[in-house]
Amino acid sequence: MEFLRPATWDEALAAKAEYPTALPISGGTDVMVEMNFDVHRPSAILDLNRITELTEWSNDGGVVRLGAAVPYTRIINELSGPLPGLALASHTVGSPQIRNRGGVGGNLGGASPAGDAHPALLAAGRDVFVEACSVRGTRMIAIDDFYVGVKRNSLEQDELIRAVHIPVADGPQQFSKIGTRNAMVIAVCAFGFALHPKNGTVGTGIGSAAPTPRRAVEAEEYLQGVLAERGLWESGDLLGTEVIQRFGELVKAAASPIDDVRGTADYRRHSLAVMARRTLTWTWNDYSKQIRSAA
Amino acid sequence: MSTRTIQGQKNLQDIRQASKDGIGGSPLRPDGNLKVKGEFAYSSDMWHEDMLWGMALRSPHPRANILSVDISEALKLPGVYAVLTHEDIPGSKFYGLEIQDQPALAIDKVRYHGEAIALVAADHPETARRAVKKIKVEYEVLTPIVTEEQCLAPEVHGYVHEPHEFKSHGYGNICHEQKLVSGLGVTDEVRALADVIVSGTYEVGMQDQAFLGPESGLAVPAEDGGIDLYIATQWLHVDRQQMAPVLGLPEEKVRLTLAGVGGAFGGREDLSMQIHASLLAQRTGKPVKIVYARDESFFGHVHRHPARMFYEHGATRDGKLVFADCRIVLDGGAYASASPAVVGNAASLGHGPYVIPNVKMHAIALYSNNPSCGAMRGFGAVQAAFGYESQMDKLAAELGMDPVELRQLNAMSEGDLMPTGQQIDSPAPVAELLQRVKDMPLPPPLDLDDLDVRALPGALSNTSHGEGIVRGVGYSVGIKNVGFSEGFDDYSTARVRLEVIGGEPVAMVHTAMAEVGQGGVTVHAQIARTELGVEQVTIHPANTEVGSAGSTSASRQTYMTGGAVKLAAEAVKYALIDKGRRRYGWTHQDITLAGGKVVSESAGVLVPMVDLLGDEAIDLTREHHHRPTVPFDKETGQGFGHVQYTFCANRAVVDVDVELGLVKVVELTAAQDVGKALNPLSVVGQIQGGCTQALGLAVMEEIIVKDGKVRNASFTDYLIPTILDTPPIPVDILELPDPNAPYGLRGVGEAPTVSATPSIVAAIRQATGIALNRIPVRPEHLTGTL
Repeated sequence: MEFLRPATWDEALAAKAEYPTALPISGGTDVMVEMNFDVHRPSAILDLNRITELTEWSNDGGVVRLGAAVPYTRIINELSGPLPGLALASHTVGSPQIRNRGGVGGNLGGASPAGDAHPALLAAGRDVFVEACSVRGTRMIAIDDFYVGVKRNSLEQDELIRAVHIPVADGPQQFSKIGTRNAMVIAVCAFGFALHPKNGTVGTGIGSAAPTPRRAVEAEEYLQGVLAERGLWESGDLLGTEVIQRFGELVKAAASPIDDVRGTADYRRHSLAVMARRTLTWTWNDYSKQIRSAA
Repeated sequence: MSTRTIQGQKNLQDIRQASKDGIGGSPLRPDGNLKVKGEFAYSSDMWHEDMLWGMALRSPHPRANILSVDISEALKLPGVYAVLTHEDIPGSKFYGLEIQDQPALAIDKVRYHGEAIALVAADHPETARRAVKKIKVEYEVLTPIVTEEQCLAPEVHGYVHEPHEFKSHGYGNICHEQKLVSGLGVTDEVRALADVIVSGTYEVGMQDQAFLGPESGLAVPAEDGGIDLYIATQWLHVDRQQMAPVLGLPEEKVRLTLAGVGGAFGGREDLSMQIHASLLAQRTGKPVKIVYARDESFFGHVHRHPARMFYEHGATRDGKLVFADCRIVLDGGAYASASPAVVGNAASLGHGPYVIPNVKMHAIALYSNNPSCGAMRGFGAVQAAFGYESQMDKLAAELGMDPVELRQLNAMSEGDLMPTGQQIDSPAPVAELLQRVKDMPLPPPLDLDDLDVRALPGALSNTSHGEGIVRGVGYSVGIKNVGFSEGFDDYSTARVRLEVIGGEPVAMVHTAMAEVGQGGVTVHAQIARTELGVEQVTIHPANTEVGSAGSTSASRQTYMTGGAVKLAAEAVKYALIDKGRRRYGWTHQDITLAGGKVVSESAGVLVPMVDLLGDEAIDLTREHHHRPTVPFDKETGQGFGHVQYTFCANRAVVDVDVELGLVKVVELTAAQDVGKALNPLSVVGQIQGGCTQALGLAVMEEIIVKDGKVRNASFTDYLIPTILDTPPIPVDILELPDPNAPYGLRGVGEAPTVSATPSIVAAIRQATGIALNRIPVRPEHLTGTL
């Protein structure tokens, strides 16, 4: 097994071009576990830990550019204002030790449907982009085009994830995850939700309940329609049980879960509906308060 | 905690109390800080110059015939020193704790998923791993025998062990069986005496010990042709007893030394890599280390028997139990392991700490192609307690009675008879323990205006901000035996040496006791301090140079090896006093040792111990045997079968998110009679640990096996409680001495593991109104989405 330790980003891209099957590693919280369990023995490991720019983030006021290796602990501590949904999701990742090492780049690289960051990224809207780089250049992959299959993403073999671009929250965001214990647990299923009052949209993200992380498109469209038609964005009035219920059902319908050791498909559908109703209620209550206090 | 004085020595109280680290004190464990800081040397940390790494090839199938094994490609790999199959075993090919039915390496067939078939020794673990992959095994895969129905119809579904090779006491696919009848048994006439009858079928999933330190050890070939094995285990001498015949060596040439043990809980009672590493060391002439990876660990040790139990209880209208009937089916998996003892416990303790005039019981352990099951904390009693305590709640509901009052009305106490006919001849404060947990203040209700999500079901997973949360409270009590039962003489040996080192009297305690985290080494030093009146005590490494200490299991080590240390220390004390009598002509009848001196109650200090000892060491070894027991009668289950009984009661308070089926245990209160707390801090730790392991069984811990295959051999998917799952566990300790036991103590470690699980399930039932006949309780059970 080759062990590659590039000192700079350019060296990393060159290495990836030379060894396209090299497995990038940063925190190692996924890669090392899989190697320990002998899931795979990559021909080469590409260690990105010397490239400090990957652990940096910036915020231009409209968009956060989050380095691929910014650890979850720092997302929680430094970015819960602009990225509240992702910060909530980060809280649910593993243990403190895992959160100190792991970052969103690893979640995206692994593209497991159970990755905790995915539902929050999807909910953050359609303007979330993965900055994918190679010696050939840089391309911005929209989050909706990123997940293509079970543990598969749309990166080319010579590409590395440099950063994720996430719009700064313009409304309340929430994240809920089901696990059969109260910490350090892989998601049985998860749901991310965000209100985007600026453009009158809402964002959803479903985790661990389909071959890939996915958006509940019909639920989003239904809710956007209701909010627009009834002028609720402006009034901040109560949504009503029927709307919340319907939204939950549409989220549930968007999932295509399986039975596995972590839970049944029925439970996943059931709990998604509950989480969808609750996160919608929490975010709308917050939004409503903001509207009223502004009025 | 009150201070204690030794009878007849009251005026020596001040000197005695100078040793706050004697019995009844709570000196800290010598291994505590090291473990917390990650500096403790575990068995997996060992290293030897020139050592090889051993690894096993394991079966991917639960049941198959092995048509051929081709090791030639593996042997060709550079760095590989040996590849062994059963054909290379120099001695007996079988071993086992009670029944020698398990091949050290599979012979022509495999009986469970993960059974070891061949061994590799190589100069690097990665080389060993590659060599294992190059071993070619041709299987004829057979349909596994995994359900009770399949096991009980061997003529249709086959035999796990063919009749001609069957070695246990059972028959067909039944490994062991125990029946029990007391009073009039349970007949239609007896049933007619009851005003109310409740029944239920209860299931317990397969729990794992889930110790954090994987199986590991280092076998070093010795010049005399023997083997020195450094090993994390629970009982050095029984390991040796099983290893020597397989290695073709006399026992004295197999020498074991305890290495750092990273948890045990019964999972290290059976052999894992002991024989394998030793065979490879014998063959290669080099030290061989084996460390299991986490997934291999799940295949490499036995688990708690899953159980299916049918219970029927009858009572009068005012709540007095009239009869109880029970059938317990335990799945023992492929090999016997401790199944006979588990069946014995289930049968004899399976009706709980209750006085029941008419009783019937039938307990069996099956052979199947599921993973082997054996010892785990509280075995046999844990499974049954979920059944009989669920029944108590059901009966209370049927009668409209308070569940605690119903239990107290039927609680056994000193002088009562067990269903085995054995009289309880020491305190059995069952009703009082229940009262104590009931009387403890309840935790405050959830404050919805000041929520901390960490306190809610789901915690930081942020699933509820108060929605759907319902609180429930449940109670339970349990009974467990202490020590080995049914005629087994599990004696312990201790050697105590007293000498002057650096101008101070110093005691050394040498036993073969496996310190697995229970704190035995701390307690041994406390006993030596108390008996010998010294401050300095060293603990010799545990090894087979001294006699057996029996197993660190069955809540027995403080009772048995602690008792042996007491006997040996007393012998040393009397030898020293005799020496003084000879030298100084003392005639006092009230001489003892305290504060580093020989003292007389009437005459005060006689001489400092250092002066009396001089250059001489007093070095004595003693065995401690508990009172004899007898096997249970096979048909009636009658007999004086157990050494001692121990009781614990619990109250659980839970918050359940009834919409999501998520549970947060808010508080888990325990009250336990420990006879005498030799180290109160350790005792509380044992009780809290036992409660936590019981919590795991109640709501999350299960090895999921489908068609004989283990589906979750990892800590990613085998979940054990984290700190956020572990509630405050207030512990109320009773000290009612058992006159038969050293210092009056009662074994502590298992009783809370027996009793706590049903209290949590009862609390969840109260919150949800759902029957819950299976543990662990999953969110699916609570939301109707199974």
